[in-house]
Amino acid sequence: MLKATRPVKRRASTAFSGLLLLIATLRALGADPEGTRPVEGATATNTTLHSVVIRRPTGTPKVASGLTNFIGQPVMVSCSSCHTTTTADLDTRTTADLDQFHQGLKYVHGNLTCLSCHNAKNYDTLRMADSRSVEFTDVMTLCSQCHGSQRRDYGMGLHGGMNGHWDLTKGGRTRNTCINCHDPHAPAFPLVMPVFSPRDRISVPIKPPAKPAKH
Amino acid sequence: MDPNADPQKSRGLSRRTALKGVGAMLGAAAFARAIAPLTEWTRDISAEEFVQKHYKELSPIDLEIILHRLEKDTKKQYGADVTIKDYKPQQGVKFGYALNLSICNGCRKCAEACHIENNHDRPSHQSYIRVFEMSKGSMNLEKGNAHYDHPVPQPDKFYMPVQCQQCEHPPCVDVCPVEATWKEPDGIVVVDYNWCIGCRYCEAACPYHARRFNWTKPQIPAVEINPNQSYLSNRIRPQGVMEKCHFCLHRTRNGRLPACLEACPTGARVFGNLLDPKSEVRQVLAHKRVFVLKEDLGLKPQFFYFFDV
Repeated sequence: MLKATRPVKRRASTAFSGLLLLIATLRALGADPEGTRPVEGATATNTTLHSVVIRRPTGTPKVASGLTNFIGQPVMVSCSSCHTTTTADLDTRTTADLDQFHQGLKYVHGNLTCLSCHNAKNYDTLRMADSRSVEFTDVMTLCSQCHGSQRRDYGMGLHGGMNGHWDLTKGGRTRNTCINCHDPHAPAFPLVMPVFSPRDRISVPIKPPAKPAKH
Repeated sequence: MDPNADPQKSRGLSRRTALKGVGAMLGAAAFARAIAPLTEWTRDISAEEFVQKHYKELSPIDLEIILHRLEKDTKKQYGADVTIKDYKPQQGVKFGYALNLSICNGCRKCAEACHIENNHDRPSHQSYIRVFEMSKGSMNLEKGNAHYDHPVPQPDKFYMPVQCQQCEHPPCVDVCPVEATWKEPDGIVVVDYNWCIGCRYCEAACPYHARRFNWTKPQIPAVEINPNQSYLSNRIRPQGVMEKCHFCLHRTRNGRLPACLEACPTGARVFGNLLDPKSEVRQVLAHKRVFVLKEDLGLKPQFFYFFDV
């Protein structure tokens, strides 16, 4: 009933098993995913609520191989293209340790290593702290392991940007997932230049106080 | 010569007559000066606009005619095809806004979104939002800098966007001598731009510097005009009237989120219905450390600031 009133967007049938896993995981963590969170009054009245769509990643990421094809486009490869034939080096902790590929990748994310989150058994998935694998599309489950307060706030609608309607009886809403705003390899917000400053007459720029004149 | 004869009279013009003449002339001059605006009104204000009633006294048909006239005026003056509507407050809705100061990074995207959404004057960079750069550990807005122009966020600063707080007891409404501004049932303080006389009392009364005055006729290129307009919100304001943040009522009264919230790249802004206990803004009030600006003034703002943790 609740799922019918507030459907979760499913991109592919393969994502469904991932979704079940996500629900199971979050139940275990004591939280419901946003898409199935019950809404008060949704069942009591006849108003159908529009859906809250979370902008999940569409699939496994692709990495530029450094090569270009015959019309000059970069050749993108999936992780498993290389990682199925190379063995994981457990001594590699940061991108600075690498002598080929992924070099120069900015990595500032606590004391984690690559294999804290990437699954050495199947590089097209991610790895939870308890070694279970999780799809790239459910990356929020992975991040929530450590960032519980952000996940809690996200569940209440207090973390992460959104677009659309505050009133779900009038229209839907699109919400970001973690990696829409945070680079998972360097999640802190970068410095940005602010857009234009005001020029109104009230708020004149603050000048340092003039030196008091001698009397 | 008769010693009783009045020397003034002998000259043919008494002091009394002279003063009468001067008085009449002054009176006529003052009258001419007083009606001088009337001789000019046809240039920038139409007869219909001159006799237009207060927003609250307009019948639905009056309003329909006025909205149509405003659309035509916009086409004539700015060359843009716009739709001006009048959206009424919803039953059971009272808007509240919350802003997470732990997250805001001072990028001013909200002010830019307001500038575009609300058809603000382009040269003056007008916006309803002013972002203050404040020293950590201080809450003194007087020392906040709204004109910073360097990469943000700086490590020793925090950033505090200030816009209309939609007070429960708005002092700007109290001081308006012509009742051109009032608080709507959904909590939004609005201005009838056609009724405002531009005295700027409300600007002086607002402790948040939230009101803006149109010193000049707003200049906006036709292609940049947001055509989705409403009477009490983002239609292009005439010169010489006050304006202020209206929580994007042309959007929010249709269930949409305000433009500043959608533009925020950090997700620091939370908007919703204060009367709905499940709304996001109520979650803020229930679970976060919340404060309002200048609480000691007792104006009960409907705009809340909070921190994480």
